[in-house]
Amino acid sequence: MSTLRHLPAMAYLILAYVFIFLPVVVLVLFSFQDGLLPVPPFEGPSLKWYARLIDNSRLVEALGNSVLVALVSALTATILGFLAAYSLARREIFLAGAVRYLLMAPLTVSYLIIGMGLVITFSMIGIPKSLFAIGIGHVVINLPLCFAIVYSQFGEHQRNIERAAHDLGASDFQALVLITIPMLQPALLASFCLAATLSWDEYIIAFLLSRFDVTLPVIIFEMMSAGLNPVLNAAGTVVFAISIVFVLLAMVLATGRKRSHDDAIG
Amino acid sequence: MGAVVQARTGRPFDLSKWAVLPALIGTAIFFVVPLGVMLLWSFWQRIAGKLDKTLSLANYERFFGRDYMVEGLTNSIEVALITTAVSIVIAYPLAYIIAYRIPERWQRFAVILAVLPFWTSYVIRSYSWLLILSERGIINGALIGLGIIDEPLEMGYNRGATVLGFVHFFAMLLTLTIYANLVQIKKSYRLAAADLGASPVQVFFRITLPLSLPGVAVGAFLTFVIAIGDYITPQILGGGQELLLPQAIMLQVSRAADFPMASAMSMTLMVVVTVTYLVFAKYLKMERV
Repeated sequence: MSTLRHLPAMAYLILAYVFIFLPVVVLVLFSFQDGLLPVPPFEGPSLKWYARLIDNSRLVEALGNSVLVALVSALTATILGFLAAYSLARREIFLAGAVRYLLMAPLTVSYLIIGMGLVITFSMIGIPKSLFAIGIGHVVINLPLCFAIVYSQFGEHQRNIERAAHDLGASDFQALVLITIPMLQPALLASFCLAATLSWDEYIIAFLLSRFDVTLPVIIFEMMSAGLNPVLNAAGTVVFAISIVFVLLAMVLATGRKRSHDDAIG
Repeated sequence: MGAVVQARTGRPFDLSKWAVLPALIGTAIFFVVPLGVMLLWSFWQRIAGKLDKTLSLANYERFFGRDYMVEGLTNSIEVALITTAVSIVIAYPLAYIIAYRIPERWQRFAVILAVLPFWTSYVIRSYSWLLILSERGIINGALIGLGIIDEPLEMGYNRGATVLGFVHFFAMLLTLTIYANLVQIKKSYRLAAADLGASPVQVFFRITLPLSLPGVAVGAFLTFVIAIGDYITPQILGGGQELLLPQAIMLQVSRAADFPMASAMSMTLMVVVTVTYLVFAKYLKMERV
């Protein structure tokens, strides 16, 4: 194929990448703006909006809250997802198909509806709006993903090693902790990182279920109603950077898993 | 091996049997019960600040009796449909080029690059588009600088801006699902068609396109369902000219504190999503993507 034939395709590719990256570039670039508004012309670079960000105690506090909720809810969702996957992959469970369907069902309902159902239910049973309530909401939305990721990684070759462990006298619990969990470690970490990223970024459930302690997306949304502000660019850049670290971590771990799997069978 | 399985039965406590319970109970209490509670509340009413617990269809009658509420629903369906169509048109060529025009060892990198901004905060991404579209933003700046226009265009705060924000997000999602489908289509199919005299255009329309439809269907379904239930993008980018259903729901919650009405509207939204699923169901072969 001649280079000329590739030209329209390459032009389209470049245009598409420009479209995809335009908001990110504008966001990050104008977080270093020296002027008062995050619009052209670009003056700077300056770190003053990052300094302003660190000085804003509400933002810093919300950032801490977000990290806490993300880590705890992701850990909970990963553990519950793993246990469910372990059960469904290793045992003939009664109504296994229905159980799988139920565990995946929250994926099909919008966050707004899940959040509102929890607000009403919590108000009836007396769970106050709090970081704890947000955490429960985030476990609900992330559990299906964690379950699906871990479940997809349970394979026959692990089962054989588990059987060998049993033959050598290991209890169920010993086989689980010494064999199954270490073998699934990459999938578990990937599931944890993905859940943490999604919780970290989630707005509507966090908004509905928070009163005094809020998370970062809630504050950012609130600040947005006051108009364009380079502090928002700085906050957005920080949020993006942290998300990317988590996602890349998840991706590297998932790839590592695949490779070791290929080695094992190849 | 059968003997091993035999030996394992009859243990006093079998962990793997019960391990599914925490997730199952959690999902039941914090997902199924709240939906049931909402359904119940949607038949209650909030009258003069008090909850009236007699069952009635009053909220649903109110919803379908008020033009602005029905408009919220139709606006949402329109925006979700336009978003889905435009996203497919943008994403398909991109996925195609990555799958068939880029050397294999670069493909993974190209795909990761194409979905990287997916991970910017959802809230922040809409805000970034506001920066770009604003009166003093880079598009107006460029157009004025090039002498194409004299006065800045008002581009933010309307339906077009909402759709743009949506398309940016969902084009990435669709690129992923379509690409995953395209790379699974055997090259021999296309070669065989070409050997039998099909032109490249015929190969595309009679082989590649039909075989890639499952990937399009999965992506389109996710796009429609997520877009129609989203509050953030229309709230930030859409301005006040028209309300979408999720915005109307949030108004009931935040301004009127009318949870029964908000529940009835949410149930209506769920029905729309369920109908969409049933329409798509026969095309949705998730395992192919």
